[in-house]
Amino acid sequence: MDENGTIDNSEYKEEITEKLAKEFYRYMVRIRTFDRKAISLQRQGRIGTYAPYEGQEASQVGTAIALGADDWMFPTYRDHGAAMTFGHSLRNILLFWNGRNEGCVPPDGKKIFPPGIPIATQIPHAAGAAFAERKKGTANAAIAYFGDGATSEGDFHEGLNFASVFKAPVVFFNQNNQYAISVPFEKQMNTKTISQKALAYDIPGVRIDGNDVFIVYFETLKALERARKGEGPTLIESVTWRYGAHTTADDPSKYRDQSESNSRRQETDPILRLERWMKNEGIFDGEWQQAIEEEAAAEVDKAVAEMEDFPPADPAVIFDHVFAEPTWQIKQQKEEYLKLIGGGRS
Amino acid sequence: MKTAVGAKTMTLVQAITDALDTMLNEKEEVLLLGEDIGRNGGVFRATEGLQVKYGEGRVIDTPLSEAGFVGAGIGMAVNGFLPVIEIQFLGFIYPAYEQIMTHASRLRMRTMGHFTVPMVIRAPYGAGVRAPEIHCDSTEAIFTHMPGIKVVCPSSPYDAKGLLIAAIEDPDPVLFLEPMRCYRSAREEVPEGKYTVEIGKGKKLMDGDDITVITWGAMVPEAMKAAKQMKENNVHCDVIDLRTLFPLDKDIIAESVQKTGRTVIVHEAHATGGVGNDVLAIINDTSFLYQKAPVERVTGFDAPVPYFGFEDHYLPTPARIQQAIEKVMKY
Repeated sequence: MDENGTIDNSEYKEEITEKLAKEFYRYMVRIRTFDRKAISLQRQGRIGTYAPYEGQEASQVGTAIALGADDWMFPTYRDHGAAMTFGHSLRNILLFWNGRNEGCVPPDGKKIFPPGIPIATQIPHAAGAAFAERKKGTANAAIAYFGDGATSEGDFHEGLNFASVFKAPVVFFNQNNQYAISVPFEKQMNTKTISQKALAYDIPGVRIDGNDVFIVYFETLKALERARKGEGPTLIESVTWRYGAHTTADDPSKYRDQSESNSRRQETDPILRLERWMKNEGIFDGEWQQAIEEEAAAEVDKAVAEMEDFPPADPAVIFDHVFAEPTWQIKQQKEEYLKLIGGGRS
Repeated sequence: MKTAVGAKTMTLVQAITDALDTMLNEKEEVLLLGEDIGRNGGVFRATEGLQVKYGEGRVIDTPLSEAGFVGAGIGMAVNGFLPVIEIQFLGFIYPAYEQIMTHASRLRMRTMGHFTVPMVIRAPYGAGVRAPEIHCDSTEAIFTHMPGIKVVCPSSPYDAKGLLIAAIEDPDPVLFLEPMRCYRSAREEVPEGKYTVEIGKGKKLMDGDDITVITWGAMVPEAMKAAKQMKENNVHCDVIDLRTLFPLDKDIIAESVQKTGRTVIVHEAHATGGVGNDVLAIINDTSFLYQKAPVERVTGFDAPVPYFGFEDHYLPTPARIQQAIEKVMKY
């Protein structure tokens, strides 16, 4: 799908349905609503430092909807749009950004790892979890998210190599948003693309327009199918753009001309583009759009209220999850600390 | 805990193989991962014969990538398996430091117990076998400093087997340090089948009322030589092999140093930031007023472990340990 919302790839044309398009649209609006709300909460001091993803909605929603319910997701700190689309709790995601371990706990049955904070370290985890699925004889797969900067890390190589040697059922999904904090793509690597790195592992490398939700969805599905059939991993380079800052703690205008973000909002925005396609198809309805936006705002507001009503931090949490059974040091430190503060809540 | 019948005389490295064999046989979830552990049986032959017996699907030669296979091991552990990973030498574990520090040791905490990492990392450590550079490190304190991982270090075949089985059964990550100097230096009777030695418990190797000598791993035989010599000089040492470096056995330390009031700590690792300092902290916290003399430490120097041409100068010797004992006795 090009910038005007015209389908220029006949491969998947037949598989695009109104239902699918509306589902994508709804989820993209939902995660953008969340993202904007989170930035505003951070500005008001109601959550901590926050990593926004606005502009990358197609990459996150397209992949998450392609996953099967029993697949594994290994997101980074910028992929909670994918995590919530895959079924993570909005309240817990907000709790995470408000400094609470409770936020790393996925809903029952959802195999969503806590966000990768050090760069690229989740890539070997995904390879290992996928390897384990293959060993168990299931058809489940894993997806690992990472950015362009992550491909410079050793764990990127070690994870892809491991997965390719053992044909682990994993999709390595790169969101090339073209900046690793302030360092642009061309200063990050000498290669022209990230997908070409797949050649080093003799696995398929695919480069797609990461702002086209259809191609993200179909290519992810295809990679997952390969994985499920025992054909091993795929590297997908999904070329996209983050409009805003790396996190709320930095100012992107310091390292790039933000007019590019503004023009991209008009031209290549993933939601706007889908809207254009739907309009071309005559299936876009303003009332429906308004209802979708209101529904998303209400859901996000509810999650914010739940996050803010959540019981205050229980200091026992610090001590109770270091080991299955606390060691004497931890028992002693917990007891002394709780005594000092006049008893904890547990 | 013992359910074993019969016993065999074996070396420490054979006891390791026996423990791995026992657990591969007992639990289908146990997987061995590492470099050259399959057909080659590991650089120290610790996995000798296990790939033939259990297949390439369970005794897995990995690519040469410590961060990669420790990271993948975390993914496997989270997804129902019990990986036992061999690092060829402790000096080669550093690429995996990040995976151990930022993930293996804290995933339980991060997710409040939702995801856990029941994984064992085995690593031969220490100098004294004329090994090349970087093959001789004794950097256990890097790992005892990490919250969320246990660090075990046996010195005898019996303890090696029982502790390794306990480590594999432990619900949390365990770094299992194997003193390569002790791999084949002594034999003892090891029960057949499964038994465990409790993680976190030291062992008294010699009873004496005059002075406590606390050590572990490859320094145990050296400390014992010194203690035996001192006995001839009528100084009776209480010798403790800690066996676990995190969590330390506070009770065995306190009980002994309260009895003797004098202590020498012996370790191969560098003095600064060494586990000996944590032993000292326990003495301070539990037994300060019982002390008749300042505690003496005999350790490796605060220099990189030297090339093996110099290692006899670097490693604590029975003579250095005896000198320390005499100094504390005379105080």
